[in-house]
Amino acid sequence: MTVNATTNEHVDLLIIGAGPAGMAAALAAAPRGLSIALLDDNPLPGGQIWRDGPNAQVPKQAQDMRGRLQGFSNIRLHSGCKVVALAGAKRLLLEDAERGWVLSYDSLILCTGARERLLPFPGWTLPGVTGAGGLQALIKGGLQVKDERIVIAGTGPLLLASSATAQKHGAEVVRVAEQASLSAVAGFAAGLWRWPNKAIQAITLASAAYRTSAHVLTALGTDRLEGVRIQVGDKIEELACERLACGFSLVPNVEIAQALGCTVRDQAVVVDEWQATRLPDHFAAGECTGFGGSELALVEGRIAGLVAVGERETARGLWAERLRWQGFADRLNTAFSLNPALKTLAAPETLVCRCEDVRYADLAGHGSWTGAKLATRCGMGACQGRICGTAAQTLFGWEPPLLRPPFSPARISTLACLDEGESV
Amino acid sequence: MPELSIDGQPFRFAQGTTVAAALMSSGDRCSRTSVSGQRRAPLCGMGICQECRVSIDGLRRLACQTICRDGMRIETQP
Amino acid sequence: MSEAPTLQGHAADVIVIGGGIVGAACADELASQGLHVLVLDSQRPAATAAGMGHLVVLDHSAAELALGEYSVRAWCELAPQMPDDCAMRTNGTLWLACNEEEMAEAERKHAALREYGLACELLSGAELARAEPSLRSGLLGALKVSGDGILYAPNAARWLLQRQSSRVVQRQAEVVEVQGNRVRLASGEWLQAPAAVLASGIYARELCPDLPLQAKKGHLLITDRYPVQITHTLVELGYVTSAHKGNGPSVAFNVQQRPTGQLFIGSSRQFDNHDPEVDAAMLGRMLRRAMDFLPGLGDMTGLRSWTGFRSASPDGQPLIGEHPHQPGLWLAVGHEGLGVTTATGTARLLAAQLLRTPPPLDLEPYLPQRFIGARAHA
Repeated sequence: MTVNATTNEHVDLLIIGAGPAGMAAALAAAPRGLSIALLDDNPLPGGQIWRDGPNAQVPKQAQDMRGRLQGFSNIRLHSGCKVVALAGAKRLLLEDAERGWVLSYDSLILCTGARERLLPFPGWTLPGVTGAGGLQALIKGGLQVKDERIVIAGTGPLLLASSATAQKHGAEVVRVAEQASLSAVAGFAAGLWRWPNKAIQAITLASAAYRTSAHVLTALGTDRLEGVRIQVGDKIEELACERLACGFSLVPNVEIAQALGCTVRDQAVVVDEWQATRLPDHFAAGECTGFGGSELALVEGRIAGLVAVGERETARGLWAERLRWQGFADRLNTAFSLNPALKTLAAPETLVCRCEDVRYADLAGHGSWTGAKLATRCGMGACQGRICGTAAQTLFGWEPPLLRPPFSPARISTLACLDEGESV
Repeated sequence: MPELSIDGQPFRFAQGTTVAAALMSSGDRCSRTSVSGQRRAPLCGMGICQECRVSIDGLRRLACQTICRDGMRIETQP
Repeated sequence: MSEAPTLQGHAADVIVIGGGIVGAACADELASQGLHVLVLDSQRPAATAAGMGHLVVLDHSAAELALGEYSVRAWCELAPQMPDDCAMRTNGTLWLACNEEEMAEAERKHAALREYGLACELLSGAELARAEPSLRSGLLGALKVSGDGILYAPNAARWLLQRQSSRVVQRQAEVVEVQGNRVRLASGEWLQAPAAVLASGIYARELCPDLPLQAKKGHLLITDRYPVQITHTLVELGYVTSAHKGNGPSVAFNVQQRPTGQLFIGSSRQFDNHDPEVDAAMLGRMLRRAMDFLPGLGDMTGLRSWTGFRSASPDGQPLIGEHPHQPGLWLAVGHEGLGVTTATGTARLLAAQLLRTPPPLDLEPYLPQRFIGARAHA
C-alpha cells in the first residue's frame, strides 16, 4: 500500500524539470534565500542530456551544478516525482513512488524539456527498436551493447551523439541515416564556427557510417529486430543489425504548460524576453520553449531563475548570450526539417498507437484526432497520445490532444488527494 | 553484486543500472505484452512512451525511470 | 459529400440534428420505416462520447421505468447484429446497500421491477461478497438487475448511422438556426425537409431557447487494464436515496469493468457548471467515494479523466414529440444520464408520432407539451 500525506507543501518557487534549464534556474534563484522545490520524474537531476549510470559519468559542469544544488539548504529536490494534475490556483498534485500530495507555490518555472519525435514505420514495434536518445539513455543506464551491430536513423545532431555513445561502449554502428540532404547538413556544419565547441563536437562525431538523404523504410525481423531496410538517396540497402535507434528531432513537452493556460505556438511554450509566459508568476525555460540545445537551456534557465526572484537587471545581462545560442537553435531547426517522405513510411497494417495497437489503416479514414480516437481507441492508452498523437500530427496534420488529468498515469489514491472535503 | 528478480529469475546488476537496462539484458529482453499480444521492449528511454511499464514489488513503475535495488521483485506484464 | 435524394427542394424526408446516440437511433428507426434521413452533426464534444454507456433501467417514476425497460429490450434485440467494437455486454447492475435505509430502497425497487417483469433478485451481504469479492466488507446487500448492460456508445452510434447507408446520409455541419422544419447551417445555407428532428443533447437550447433543459456536469475516470476485478456494473443505492438527490454538487459510486479490463469510474453531478475542464476537487471526491467501496482501487493506475454534460428536463424524463409552437420540428432531447439507455425507445416513440403509427408505450409522459404549453409567457 502506498500512503498519501495529508500535509501539503508550500514553496516560494517551484521548478518543474531538473535538466540543464531547471538546475540553472534553481541555482540562479537560490542565493536570494527563497524556498525552492526542484522536481523531476527521473531518479537524478540532469535531464535527458546529463545522465549517469554504471556506463556513464555526467560531465564536470553537471557534477558541479549538482554539488552546488546540494549546497543550498533552501532547495528541496524531489526526484522520481511527476506532476499529476492541477489542484487549483498555483497548486499541483504530485506523485512519487511512495506518496501523492499537493504542492502550492508562488512562482513556477517550467523546464519540462523535450522528447523525441518517434514516427511509425513497418516493424517499429519490434524489440530491438528504440529511440535514438532512448538508446543513449539506456546505454548510460547500464545496457550492454558491446559487439552489437547498430543502425541509427532519423535526423539531427542527436543521431551523432547516440552513435558516439554506442561506439564508446563497444557497439559497431553500421549506419547513421540522416534524412536531411548533404547540402543542408553541410550548410549547418559550415556555420558552426560561430559556436566553436559545437563545431568540434560535430567533427568528432562524424563517422564513415554516416549517410545523408537516408531514411529507414522497414525494421525486419519476426520476434526481434534482425535487420533494417534503408533508403539511401535513390538506392535501397538492407543491413543486418541487433538494434535500430530512431529519432526524428525533438518535440517540446508542453502538456503541463498548456493545462495551466500558457500560450503554446508551433508546439512550444511562448515566453517573452524575461522567460515569462502569459500567466503572471509563471515562467518557462529550456527546450519546452523550443528545441535549442543545452547551452541555450542553461542561459534561459538562469534568466528565468533570476527574474522569478526579482533580479531583472542581472537577468538582462544574459540576453546577449541567449541570443547567440538562439542563433544556433535556428540553424539547427532549418537544417533538419523533416522530409515529407517520412510521412508515408507506415504501411496500412503498421501500428501507429502502440498502447492500443491501432493500425495506420484504421486511422487514415478519419478527419480529426478526436474522431479517430473515439472510433479506434488511438491515444486512449497509457501514454495519453504522447507518441501516437505526435505521430498523427506529423502524418495527418491533426491537432495534438489536450491532456486531461492525470497528465501521466497515476495511482487512484494519489488522485483522491484532490478531494479537499470542500463543498465546491 | 546486488541481485533482483525478473519474472522469478535472479539477475545481478551493477550499481546504478536502470530497471529498463536490466530488462533488456535478461530473459526475452522485453518489458510487456501489448493488447494484441506482441512482446514489447523499452522504447523512448525517457519516461514518455510507457512501453517499459512493469510491476516492481507489486506497484506499477516505469523501468526507464527506476534504478535497480537489491531484492527488487520485477514482473513484466503477462 | 453526397446528399440525400432531393425532392421538391427537400434535403431528405427528415433532417436529424445531432449524430449522437439519440440522433443515430432516430435516424436508424426512421430509415427502417423507409424514410430518407439527413443527419447533421457539428462534431462538438457531447454526451455520447463522454458517457459510461450503462444500459440501466431506473424507476424514479412509472414513465422512467416503462421507457427504460422497453429501450433495454430493444438494445438486446439489436445486440446480435452489433459489431464487436460496440462492446455490448449484458453484465447486470448491482445496486449496493450500505445501510438499512438503502436496503429498504433495494427491497422497494425489487418489488417495483419484479412487478414490471424484470429479472432481478435481492442479495444478502454474504451473497454480495461472494458475487463481488473486491467490494469492501460490511455492505448490507444488493439488488441485482440482470438485464442491464453496457456498451461503447460512440461506436454504437456510428454503426446505427452507417448500417442503412442507402437511406441515412451524414454531413458534418453546424446548425445555427431552426425554424420548424427548416434549418440554417453555419455556412448560411438553409435546408428543409418535411420534418426536422432536434437531437443535439446539451446543444439543443442554443437552437430552441424555450426548452426547459439544464446542464448537469459529470466526471469520469478510466484506469489501466486489469484482470477481472468486478463482473457487474456496481452502483450505490445512495445514488437514489441521498447522493444525487439534492441540488448541490454530489458524487456517487458507479463503476463498471470494460471488456478491455479497464475500470470505468463515476459519478459526479454539478448543476449550472458549464466549464468542460476537469474540476480537481470533484474528481478527487468521486475517487475517494469509489475507494470507499473498492479498497483495492487506491493502488490501481488511473489513465484519463474527463467531463461531460447531461441535459436534464425538470422531471427527469426526455421530451419526445413535436414542438408545440414549431410545426415540423420534432424533439428528442432531455435524456439526462440515460441517453444511451433510452435512445432505442426514444427513436420508436418519435417515429410512431412522426409516421402516425401506434406507439409502443403511452406517449403522454414524454410529450413536450408538459413543459411547453400554451404561449403563456410569450
